[in-house]
Amino acid sequence: MSILSTLWDPFASFGFMRRALVASVTLGMGAGPVGVMLQLRRMSLIGDAMSHAILPGAAIGFLLAGGLSLTAMGLGGIVAGLGVALLAGLVSRRTQLAEDASFASFYLTSLALGVLIVSARGSNIDLLHVLFGTILGIDAPALYLMGGITTLTIALLSIIWRPLVMECVDPGFMRMTGGQGGLYHMAFLFLVVINLVAGFEALGTLMSVGMMMVPAATARLWTRRLLPMMALSALTGMVAGLIGLLVSYHFRLAAGPSIILTCSVLYVLSLVMSPAGLRAAHS
Amino acid sequence: MVAAPGVHDPAMRGIMGTDRMGRGGAMTHGTIRLEDAAATMGGQPVWQHVSGSFSPGSMTAIAGANGTGKSTLLRVIMGELPLAQGTITRGGLGPRDFGYLPQARIIDRNFPISVTDMVLGGAWRQTGAFGRADRTVRLRAAAALRRVNLEGQAERMISALSAGQFQRLLFARLLMTDAQVIVLDEPFTALDTPTTQDLLALVCEWHAQGRTIIAVLHDIHQIRTCFPDVVLLHAGRATWGRTPDILTPVTLQRAYGGARDPWPETGMQA
Repeated sequence: MSILSTLWDPFASFGFMRRALVASVTLGMGAGPVGVMLQLRRMSLIGDAMSHAILPGAAIGFLLAGGLSLTAMGLGGIVAGLGVALLAGLVSRRTQLAEDASFASFYLTSLALGVLIVSARGSNIDLLHVLFGTILGIDAPALYLMGGITTLTIALLSIIWRPLVMECVDPGFMRMTGGQGGLYHMAFLFLVVINLVAGFEALGTLMSVGMMMVPAATARLWTRRLLPMMALSALTGMVAGLIGLLVSYHFRLAAGPSIILTCSVLYVLSLVMSPAGLRAAHS
Repeated sequence: MVAAPGVHDPAMRGIMGTDRMGRGGAMTHGTIRLEDAAATMGGQPVWQHVSGSFSPGSMTAIAGANGTGKSTLLRVIMGELPLAQGTITRGGLGPRDFGYLPQARIIDRNFPISVTDMVLGGAWRQTGAFGRADRTVRLRAAAALRRVNLEGQAERMISALSAGQFQRLLFARLLMTDAQVIVLDEPFTALDTPTTQDLLALVCEWHAQGRTIIAVLHDIHQIRTCFPDVVLLHAGRATWGRTPDILTPVTLQRAYGGARDPWPETGMQA
């Protein structure tokens, strides 16, 4: 078997592999840049928390639709994610708890609630789908949703780029000179939520955030400029999608975890090899 | 010292017009006035019964020990924090007329942004949130960097700058805002003498152009030599007036405690 056919055949032979490839490339493109911004804002854990927060919303969508309906679960996820983002922001403003502490409390609650709702009505298979996704079972409407969300993400990021960066570097200057810092912060959290919802169907609530955070951490090791960093993060996610699917096909491994683990391997390699990685820590 | 302002340098003239005095018309325009004002933070009173005004073109230092509400006063002046009591009028000044220099320590200096992009942030009002920085704005940014001796650093990342260079960068951004009222929060903290003198010269230049300067400062000697007016915050009250009248050995001893007049007129800061 030639190298070319190793790379080509899975996708040429099977429609589900093609759709999985399109899905992971699309997800990587949108989630990568969002992940970079999330990390630069020191909100990595909040991304994690948000992905859990989506679960009860999706689970309620699952209940109402009476099964795994993408529309119902996606909408439920967006509503729940934004709700928790608002609520956590509010709580941290009103109390002494830092934002990440309040997020951590919310997401554990959300996770328990979501699992409770799904297992009350659905089977264990349904629960597995919700938690870990079914990237090999992606259909055309799901691809349209992912494509739409990625397009919206890139468009919105480029529109709010300057205020978002300014608000990030120097919130005081932004606030004092009459800028609506909070507005851009919310727009950005909205992007985080919709990207997690996009990844939800493919990678499940527990792993969709992996496509966001791991490529971003990888990209930060290679460049110190923001735009190349975001591009590299997207590229890493897309390449990891391709490699992960091939590995899962040829070695008969679960597809979702293979993709995320490929991201992790790329991260570890970068940690060892990049100029800003472990070598730099010693010099 | 930085070279004298280049009135002959056309790019420089674009940065900061020299005829700022004429803009206001009547003297009430541009006067920031507090009347019986009180501010609270988290329900706790910070200061109260504060009355006084910053007239257009004035240069005022805000002094006082840590925790007396100096930064709170700045936030009130810029309209970011509402008063708990009393009134503030700004003589028709809006948010766009204020230029602000935050304390350097609240800025995320590890963020991957270049010196040029940071300076362009000061042109925020011209470019708006979404507009692109055109050639004129970029020329002004380059001139602003030249003015603070940062030419040649334009493409570096802000994380690579020294503390002094970073403060120069913040001043360049302030140049870009071209604001009528310039509000500085501890502008010279942790800077060496040459940098302080360069940047202080820039502040004096803004004053000479007729802009209103309001600065939180800790160096009493600096206030005495450069700032004609002062607001001294102590025990929830403000003493407001001409610097020689306000900063007497007695008031200083009360405000800062410790030795009697820790900053004798002749000496440097203790």
